[in-house]
Amino acid sequence: MDWINAIVQGILLGGLYALFAAGLSLMFGVMRFVNIAHGDFIVMAAYGALLAVTFTGVHPLLSMIVVVPGLALMGYFGQRILLNRTLGDDILPPLLVTFGFSIIIQNVLLEVFSADSQKLQAGALETASIQIAEGLNIGLMPLLIFLSALGVIGGLQAFFYRTSLGRVLRATSDDQDTVRLMGADNAKIFGYATAIASAVVGIAGVYLAMRTNFDPSVGPARLLFAFEAVIIGGLGNLWGTLAGGIILGVAQTIGAQIDPGLQILAGHIAFLIVLVVKPQGLFPKMKG
Amino acid sequence: MPEPILQTKGLEAFYGDFQALFGIDFEIHEGETIAIIGSNGAGKSTFLRSITGMLKTQGQDIQFLGKPVGGATAHSLVKQGLAMVPEGRKLFPSLTVEENLMIGAYGRSGSDWTLETIYDLFPILKERRHHGGTELSGGQQQMVAIGRGLMSNPKLLLCDEISLGLAPIIIKDIYEAVPKIKATGATMIVVEQDINQALAVADRVYCFQEGRVSLTGTPTTLTKDEISAAYFGLEAEGAQ
Ligand SMILES: Nc1ncnc2c1ncn2[C@@H]1O[C@H](COP(=O)(O)OP(=O)(O)O)[C@@H](O)[C@H]1O
Ligand SMILES: [Mg+2]
Repeated sequence: MDWINAIVQGILLGGLYALFAAGLSLMFGVMRFVNIAHGDFIVMAAYGALLAVTFTGVHPLLSMIVVVPGLALMGYFGQRILLNRTLGDDILPPLLVTFGFSIIIQNVLLEVFSADSQKLQAGALETASIQIAEGLNIGLMPLLIFLSALGVIGGLQAFFYRTSLGRVLRATSDDQDTVRLMGADNAKIFGYATAIASAVVGIAGVYLAMRTNFDPSVGPARLLFAFEAVIIGGLGNLWGTLAGGIILGVAQTIGAQIDPGLQILAGHIAFLIVLVVKPQGLFPKMKG
Repeated sequence: MPEPILQTKGLEAFYGDFQALFGIDFEIHEGETIAIIGSNGAGKSTFLRSITGMLKTQGQDIQFLGKPVGGATAHSLVKQGLAMVPEGRKLFPSLTVEENLMIGAYGRSGSDWTLETIYDLFPILKERRHHGGTELSGGQQQMVAIGRGLMSNPKLLLCDEISLGLAPIIIKDIYEAVPKIKATGATMIVVEQDINQALAVADRVYCFQEGRVSLTGTPTTLTKDEISAAYFGLEAEGAQ
């Protein structure tokens, strides 16, 4: 039963990783660029939630009402004003600029909030659980996060395949030059892509703050998990990213079951195995 | 004669330090079909890419529908009624046939063409509409590319080598669509390496050679010798 429990908890943890990864996957898919500061943006969103909760006293979940649109707006303008200028034939400038962002965000957070570890108290939600069987309990919070991940990825998928803007984003991912002939403005399309990705970062940040302790330095590790989930699942495939998150989560909880010190290492090993066996990821991008 | 729908004066184009066009004077009137011919590397695609705004044209003398559009962005020109079927088709591989057509309407400027009228023009596409855009045969892909261009309801449609690499029988199928497209009031520029095909559809012909217009005229008045001189550069000097 311990093992089954480990797998179930790993699947649920995978939902959180998929939320970390979805924004990264989306931005890479549309603009072919990796945001090195992705993890730090998640942490920034977590601090945003902390501020909202501290000042208004609302339940952490409700902080999403301000954090998600706030992040989306920041993403849109950050992309239009700054990141669009770094995109071109050379892939180095966006990497350098977002690397710089990562350092700046960490230092600003450190300055403002100190290095103290924080966590949002989610009240009854934290301890509530559903008993599935003897010795197998599902925490309400991990379940909520997992269902949110399903909802977010399902929603993004519907948006990409059912709407006109979604179609243009997919076409941009294929060929940024030719979409201009369709009347699409690359600069705007990139802004929309980053706004959507940042909204997901907002959701991920709030859940991060509710589920674990965080401090200004934990961003890069979230980037690493997100990155691994994206690569395991296959670039540019959102359901693949969810699967990648789950595989990473399960590998970690199984590792922890063997020896608590093995949790993080087991995840990296699973990632390496996939990278060696299927460098394209398990579910490479699908056609039409 | 009324104003040309599109006009360029002394148009130049550069790729870095390399000059690809040396002062192109060009005009096309509403309802006209113009063919641009010329050998590989003559600058035909560069000319189309310049007028669509895919290449930068800041400060150049280009008029579209009576407005100066030098330096205009590609996406804004689509909204003003300019569409291009690019060389090599450039369909979006992750989109189905139907989605490739629908995305053509993203920046549309009117509402004449619909999926239904495109399927009337190329019935085979209706059968294949749920296939991936790049899973079709070359000829069918070209039909998708033309349909995608039409979906924006262009006043001027540019077609870059729509017969390239296709079997003669398929080229015939594709060119059968041209009179039907013209009947809807669109004006067309077709770039062709196949001189006979070009002369068959065009009201007027421009021949490009090494970035310059080496000859213009109507298919009925141009002689074979004039054309091959302008095309291949035999005794090219003075051909104009
Ligand atoms: N992207 C590019 N970079 C540099 N030179 C180019 C590029 N595209 C075309 N050229 C050059 O510009 C000239 C005209 O090319 P192009 O317009 O493609 O000719 P055509 O369409 O008539 O075959 C050629 O000498 C070609 O080598
Ligand atoms: Mg060409």
